[in-house]
Amino acid sequence: MNLSPKLTQKLAWGFTWAAGVASVLILLFIIGYVLAKGLSVINPEFLFTPPKGGLSGEGGISSCIVATLWLIVIAMAILTPLGIGAAIYLAEYAPDNKFTRLIRYSVELLAGVPSIVFGLFGFAIFVLALHFNYSILAGALTLVCLLLPFLMRSAEEAMKAVPQSQREAALALGATKWQTVVHVIMPAALPGIITGIILCVGGAVAESACLYVTMGGSAGMPTSFLSGGRTLAVHVFYLAMETNALDKALATGAVLIILILIINLSTKWLSQRFQTRMSGGT
Amino acid sequence: MPRESFDHYLGGLQDEVLVLGSMVEKAIARSIKALRERDLELARQVVADDARINQKRLDIEEGCIELVVTQQPVASDLRVIVAILNIVVDLERIGDHAEGVAKIAVMIGDEPPLKPLVDLPRMAEKAIDMLRRSLNAFISRDSEAAMKISAEDDEVDNLYDQVYRELLTFMLEDPRTITRATRLIWVAHNLERSADRITNICERVVFTVTGRMEEIGASKY
Amino acid sequence: MDPKIQIRELDFHYGKVQALKRVTLDIKEHQITALIGPSGCGKSTFLRTLNRMNDIIPHTCLEGKVLLDGLNIYELGVDVVEVRKRVGMVFQQPNPFPKSIFENAVFGPRMLGLNHRASLDEMVERSLRKAALWDEVKDNLGKSGLALSGGQQQRLCIARVLAVEPEVILMDEPCSALDPLSTLKIEELMQELKKSYTIVIVTHNMQQAARVSDWTGFFLLGEVVEYNKTSEIFSRPKDKRTEDYITGRFG
Repeated sequence: MNLSPKLTQKLAWGFTWAAGVASVLILLFIIGYVLAKGLSVINPEFLFTPPKGGLSGEGGISSCIVATLWLIVIAMAILTPLGIGAAIYLAEYAPDNKFTRLIRYSVELLAGVPSIVFGLFGFAIFVLALHFNYSILAGALTLVCLLLPFLMRSAEEAMKAVPQSQREAALALGATKWQTVVHVIMPAALPGIITGIILCVGGAVAESACLYVTMGGSAGMPTSFLSGGRTLAVHVFYLAMETNALDKALATGAVLIILILIINLSTKWLSQRFQTRMSGGT
Repeated sequence: MPRESFDHYLGGLQDEVLVLGSMVEKAIARSIKALRERDLELARQVVADDARINQKRLDIEEGCIELVVTQQPVASDLRVIVAILNIVVDLERIGDHAEGVAKIAVMIGDEPPLKPLVDLPRMAEKAIDMLRRSLNAFISRDSEAAMKISAEDDEVDNLYDQVYRELLTFMLEDPRTITRATRLIWVAHNLERSADRITNICERVVFTVTGRMEEIGASKY
Repeated sequence: MDPKIQIRELDFHYGKVQALKRVTLDIKEHQITALIGPSGCGKSTFLRTLNRMNDIIPHTCLEGKVLLDGLNIYELGVDVVEVRKRVGMVFQQPNPFPKSIFENAVFGPRMLGLNHRASLDEMVERSLRKAALWDEVKDNLGKSGLALSGGQQQRLCIARVLAVEPEVILMDEPCSALDPLSTLKIEELMQELKKSYTIVIVTHNMQQAARVSDWTGFFLLGEVVEYNKTSEIFSRPKDKRTEDYITGRFG
């Protein structure tokens, strides 16, 4: 077929537009379906009662919400300094030698390992060997291992994106390397790092299988980070697989979606505030 | 090739300097010829042609300014242009001296000659020769030749002494010859000044090569 | 008067490639020294050895001496941070931090530990005045440095350097990214600054070197071919290579 360039352009534009619209529609459909079917089931009782456990689909999701929040807080508290610190080392301090290349390669490999494998690792080490038993702590530590490569990658990319001229300017003014990292590179890389953190939070909330084997499936309200628990995603799995309460499953899904939305929006808002303050704008 | 158009333009300007030089040479030769042969027509022609010499000098000057403005020359390029600017001034003045000789020829008109002219033509020939060689030294950037030519100014000065003393004896012997004699002294003076101007040109040649302006031996006058 | 910086037999290698060969020259105090030469001749590399900015590039090797007021800045035990405070640098592309004008100007002193608000304010005004930028920005110090025009950004970078109170200011083609008017403003600024500082500038623009500098060094393939007063270099260069370069008949 010998199409004129103008015609090809129109076709290409039409095709890409259609693809874009289709993707958005599919997403909206899925989210819409879950929210539509699930929101009707949500009521204060649902939110504030723990699930009954066992094979019945009764009860609410209060313990799941609490467990999920605890999990995110503990996991991110450990993951963030670890991931950003490692990224700072790789981006700014690591010399270009075999050892550094080995570290990078290992990180890339880890990123490709399926999450259930991390779950089994977590089970063997945190639950059994370290005697944490089924606990939020074990789950959090497992998530740290799982998500570390991603955060390191995002943070390192964000820091690498800061132009070399900024570093040179700071060093030429008599700043030490660490001062340059803290006062010039980190503020500039912050948006990218925050995005990385949000993605990790989303990843944490989305995990089901690997948390099932490290946190157990207890439906009760967790009392400390050493208690076992059931996150929202795991609960959805339970309801869908073990019970007939599909409506409750969808409701839990809706809550999940809303939770992710809130986390994303507030992190973005915090990052905006921080950025504005850092750049000295009003 | 870098700066080809600049070199081409500069070469053109140098050619124009040679053209101006030959115009001036001709003016000297024709003015002395007009004086010797009482050719008033030729003399008037020399006077009229001086306007062309002046114009040529201005044209070359403008060409130099344009080159400086558009090309921002430095080092030896700049020295060549500065040298050209100064040389054409000297050439134009020599042209004025030749015009002066031609005007004297017109003033003398049909008067009986005081004596056959021997030394004056010799001075003119020497000046023309020095002029030609000095401009060649400029084109070939030969500072040694320029220094030698400059030294030959002494010959012209000596000839001037001779003419002056000879005319002085005429005037002392017979006061009626004073007018004619002083006119001839004036011609000699014009030729001697022309030779001095040529030493200036030689100094510029040395400047072009070394970058320094030095006085090459002071003239007696 | 002793020269401010004395460079002796400086050799510099990037890995196996030798970028500077036995460079020896004196940078005179309160004068502007220009370094000219074709691309890749080593002049920027040389400039960066004067404030040890080449230290941040891996696999480099330096031999020889760079004496600042008689003391070798490459001797063991010398504090690099101290050297860079005394020898400041302005880069080719203006590179203000994505912070406010105030924060930019105050960066150096802050890193030194100065945090007293009143002295910072005074310091900012002083530096911005010296950089001929104060009048244009004094009502808007909170504006982002990136919102300024190219010429203003470069003057902000100069103010940033001045705030640290250096003795020498290195400029690596500071005007090459700027329009002619901004360039002239900065050249005027340099004439003013040389009264209190020593300036070394790398430039590709020979007319600029001729206009602005007191001394000029011509670099070729890592060596200093000729180093002399600017008026001498541009009217009576001694080396044919210098003559060929400045008259544009190179190559």
